[in-house]
Amino acid sequence: MNGVRVLVGTRKGAFILTSDEARKDWKVEGPLFSGWEIFHIKGSALNPNRLYASQSNGWFGQIMQRSDDGGKTWEAIGKDFVYDGVPGTHMWYDGTQHPWEFKRVWHVEPCIHDADTVYAGVEDAALFRSTDGGTTWHERSGLRGHKTGSQWQPGAGGMCLHTILQSPADPLRMVIAISAAGAFRTDDGGESWKPINRGLVSNFMPEPTAEVGHCVHRVACHPSRPDVLFMQKHWDIMRSDNAGDDWAEVSGNLPSDFGFPIDVHAHEPETIYVVPIKSDSEHFPPEGKLRVFRSRTGGNEWEALTNGLPQEDCYVNVLRNAMAVDRHESCGVYFGTTGGQVYASADSGDTWNAIVRDLPAVLSVEVQTLA
Amino acid sequence: MIRVVMPYHLRRLAGLLEAGDVEVHLAGPAETVGDLLTELEARYPVLRGTIRDTVSLERRAMVRFFACGEDVSLASAADPLPKLIQDGDEPFLIIGAIAGG
Repeated sequence: MNGVRVLVGTRKGAFILTSDEARKDWKVEGPLFSGWEIFHIKGSALNPNRLYASQSNGWFGQIMQRSDDGGKTWEAIGKDFVYDGVPGTHMWYDGTQHPWEFKRVWHVEPCIHDADTVYAGVEDAALFRSTDGGTTWHERSGLRGHKTGSQWQPGAGGMCLHTILQSPADPLRMVIAISAAGAFRTDDGGESWKPINRGLVSNFMPEPTAEVGHCVHRVACHPSRPDVLFMQKHWDIMRSDNAGDDWAEVSGNLPSDFGFPIDVHAHEPETIYVVPIKSDSEHFPPEGKLRVFRSRTGGNEWEALTNGLPQEDCYVNVLRNAMAVDRHESCGVYFGTTGGQVYASADSGDTWNAIVRDLPAVLSVEVQTLA
Repeated sequence: MIRVVMPYHLRRLAGLLEAGDVEVHLAGPAETVGDLLTELEARYPVLRGTIRDTVSLERRAMVRFFACGEDVSLASAADPLPKLIQDGDEPFLIIGAIAGG
């Protein structure tokens, strides 16, 4: 099949949307794991038929699922996410210390260097790794054990590790992000980590430029330039050209610099996408207009993309894991909303269509480009 | 023989929906709630962690247990099950708390 497979996680199950390269006619399959929250579902770049899904609910906890046939059949795999050693405490909402408690897997990231290795970002924030296809999980505890760990604090959605960026050029380098601790980088395969938040300014913090405590919503990069990072922070779009060592704001002319997702065009490393949301207690698009904003200059100069998107009476949100791009020659861009729509553009965002309109609230969108 | 009634999502996880079963029949010698859950998890490993924590073995907050019409959720896992449950005359009920609205 020469086409695309869109993996959608929702509040009430997973859906798989498939099409050919034209991306006009879509087949919608699902719900899988109906009734369960699917925080994230993602396929392996090395073995596209291997998919992982994080399945959870408030009653029965965390389940992990794996498919080795592109989502036709699934097998429950390991789900024991046990913190290394004595878990210790982190900062609670009221400033007191609170024990680290596993709640759910927010993000599952198949390794781009080894087909049987997969990473999981969890709440309360920690990074786990499996080297046996998800059968067993072991914490990369150097992250949570960082000297600043006791200062990390949950954001409104919980203290989640939601972003895992691997470097194609360097298997030992990885960037992760936590709300609300900030971004961290390892250069030794996860043994040790350093905060990479210099240049971030968060005025809600007692010390706005502190080393940690920033509510980073999402970080993205182009695979060809893993040291150029783009960040959607609680407020502010940020850019780093040195793998996170320093950041500069590139919010420019956006109508709001608050939002959740950010992603990079598949073939144009300076073309990035965000979805501005009215900050920060309303969480819907400014003026009721759902607009994706595109910058072709790596930030600062933004254009609204509206063709095919609702431009009145639209009050949905787009969550941090709910945007992705495909790698077809004409780059496809996809995002899902809390109103259950999944929008797709087959022309880099110039025009949009809803693949499906009435799913449960969309938590995550990932895309596989199938050769 | 112990009979266990489980909610939809757990039966589905355990692959017990297609048989149309509402009750899970365990042959093991379960004399306490803890024995019962251990036997259940041994037979259906996917249920580990869904009813009680895998490390502390404490009941998940939104799961309740009923035996012979009584809410035994707060009883000790070491307490003996009623004889009617042990003999299979009454089922042991695992229930997802009614919540959410």
